[in-house]
Amino acid sequence: MSKVILSVRNLHVRFSLRGRTLHALRGVSLDVYDGESIAIVGESGSGKSVLNKNFIGLLDKNGEIPEGSIRYYGMGDKMRHYSAAGQDENGDYIDLAQLRKNVDWLRIRGSEICMIPQDPMTSLNPLKTVGWQIAEALTLHRGMKGKMAHEEVIRLLEDVRIDDPERRARQYPHELSGGMRQRVVIAIAIACNPRVLICDEPTTALDVTIQAQVLDLLRDIKKKYSLTVIFITHDLGVVANIADRVAVMYAGDIVELGLVDEIFFDPRHPYTWALLSSLPQLGVKGEELYAIRGTPPNLFQEITGDAYAARNPHALVIDKRELPPYFDVSPTHRARTWLLDPRAPKVEPPKAISKLKELGGVSRG
Amino acid sequence: MDNKPILSVENLEVSFGSRRKRFKAVKGVSFDVHRGETFGIVGESGSGKTTIGRAIIRVYPASAGTVRFHDQVISGPIPRALRREVTDKIQMIFQDPMASLNERAKIDYIVSEGLLGRGLSKEEIHRRVDSALRAVGLLPEFASRFPHEFSGGQRQRIGIARALVMNPEFIIADEPISALDVSIRAQVLNLMSRLQKERGLTYLFISHDLSVMRFICDRIAVIHMGEIVELAETEQLFRRPLHPYTQALLSAIPVPNPEVEKRKKLQTYDPACHHYETDRPVFTEVEPGHFLLANKEELSAIGAIS
Repeated sequence: MSKVILSVRNLHVRFSLRGRTLHALRGVSLDVYDGESIAIVGESGSGKSVLNKNFIGLLDKNGEIPEGSIRYYGMGDKMRHYSAAGQDENGDYIDLAQLRKNVDWLRIRGSEICMIPQDPMTSLNPLKTVGWQIAEALTLHRGMKGKMAHEEVIRLLEDVRIDDPERRARQYPHELSGGMRQRVVIAIAIACNPRVLICDEPTTALDVTIQAQVLDLLRDIKKKYSLTVIFITHDLGVVANIADRVAVMYAGDIVELGLVDEIFFDPRHPYTWALLSSLPQLGVKGEELYAIRGTPPNLFQEITGDAYAARNPHALVIDKRELPPYFDVSPTHRARTWLLDPRAPKVEPPKAISKLKELGGVSRG
Repeated sequence: MDNKPILSVENLEVSFGSRRKRFKAVKGVSFDVHRGETFGIVGESGSGKTTIGRAIIRVYPASAGTVRFHDQVISGPIPRALRREVTDKIQMIFQDPMASLNERAKIDYIVSEGLLGRGLSKEEIHRRVDSALRAVGLLPEFASRFPHEFSGGQRQRIGIARALVMNPEFIIADEPISALDVSIRAQVLNLMSRLQKERGLTYLFISHDLSVMRFICDRIAVIHMGEIVELAETEQLFRRPLHPYTQALLSAIPVPNPEVEKRKKLQTYDPACHHYETDRPVFTEVEPGHFLLANKEELSAIGAIS
């Protein structure tokens, strides 16, 4: 596998809310490799967005990082004079968890790590033409102006497959459809020429047909600009389409991490089982669809043991007492569940999951 | 399922604006919904699927065509008593549970609102709200709380309780699970099918997500630009999609299988592939229960295959 570009180690994030502390991330560790696309899956409130906001320094004001580091290796020795910089076995890094000043973040955000927000309806400025908005990114990050910037805008719009770019560049966001707007947002992101692209639920607001087109586009863009892509999503169909690796998050922690085939065909954590089995594609008509019992744990309270234990039908006694370590299933696959301990009873994954392999495309007459 | 349709829509047209700005959102749509079934309408945003649902429940007036409910015409001007019956018997579940509940009213009021002004006693209303809340798996104690105290899944249950309290026969569900998390979706889908079994409800399920519809719908109508282009039983439609637009829609469904998904070839639909200038398309039954909007040329092409 290639070089590590981003390495999260034992990251904790806390928010103080009306005098109480919400423990949003509870010791997340994750290595992101250069040029891969990794998907982060989980329910709302599992911390997947909080994790990614750390990468671009957009954590809400009431949030803090009491522990842990986020090492970014993409800048080489350019930032060596910073106090947050250092060197380890992966090379020169800068610790994003220690960056405080906005001036420092300006060198990272956009030009190194860039994010495509969820809702293309609200993320564009309604008062400016889309061409202006793309040119703004070009001026700020690449110092382009006037005619040069305009030519680049047209080229970028062509890159994101918008027909008649000259006319579109002069239009305002409200004149474009949802899919078009999402393409414009992608154009703005790549205008900054980043190395890492974070896509926060890039397709949830879109129709199925448009969603498939946008995913196709993102795959091509990734290849063309040799990007590292981090996908945040709760849609496992999207994950299967685009990810090389998958991290499953639950209650502020990664419970399972593996190659996409390992997660879909050989999942080991009961939460991953539950997520996969609740897919309507696996349901049998007329029967109940598998649904996860209960609700996610309250993160205002300290969690002892396995956070998923309360909802887990296969929970062991030890799950309620002690946090399971990661057990390696293969060099690329690990899961945080006591079920993988050699002493644990053997639990078979639900039957529905074995059906995943047989799920084919749609047959045609 | 008996053969008499509970709801029958004939050549329904809905248009907005007037004169030159007139826009036909629904262009002559016809379908029947049978008692106890789940009938799906699928299409992209802007295809008119929501408009059809709203025209049935008389939120938008139909500009042409008729809607019949139990053999009674319920579109256009109708007597007051019938209008009241329609509001009782046909209910709606909305897409976004965050936006469709009055933030400033308690659950009690939200659920009971439809019952007010019907000469029911307070006790009777209270009893019916209680039982509606229980039916969707919420506790009657929740009645004194506000919507913001609930999670997305619970709010959608409140939306369903609000529909159930009227004792409807027919429920129009407009994208009821699109705004929910994957794990919550399963819960709401299960709830809907349980209620259907217990109360013999008929659903009109409007969505753009074919993977969910395959699981829940008995028959599906595919709508494109205000016209039904194909209508068939669910499995028939998935096995043998005939219209190019249906084929494009089906090819876009995400499959939770990385091997399949990475080999996937996306089909796009270009309306220019039809040659409708001289040979106009007609909505025809091509095999039992399978309707297709096609012209003679296309029909003969399909006939040659089968």
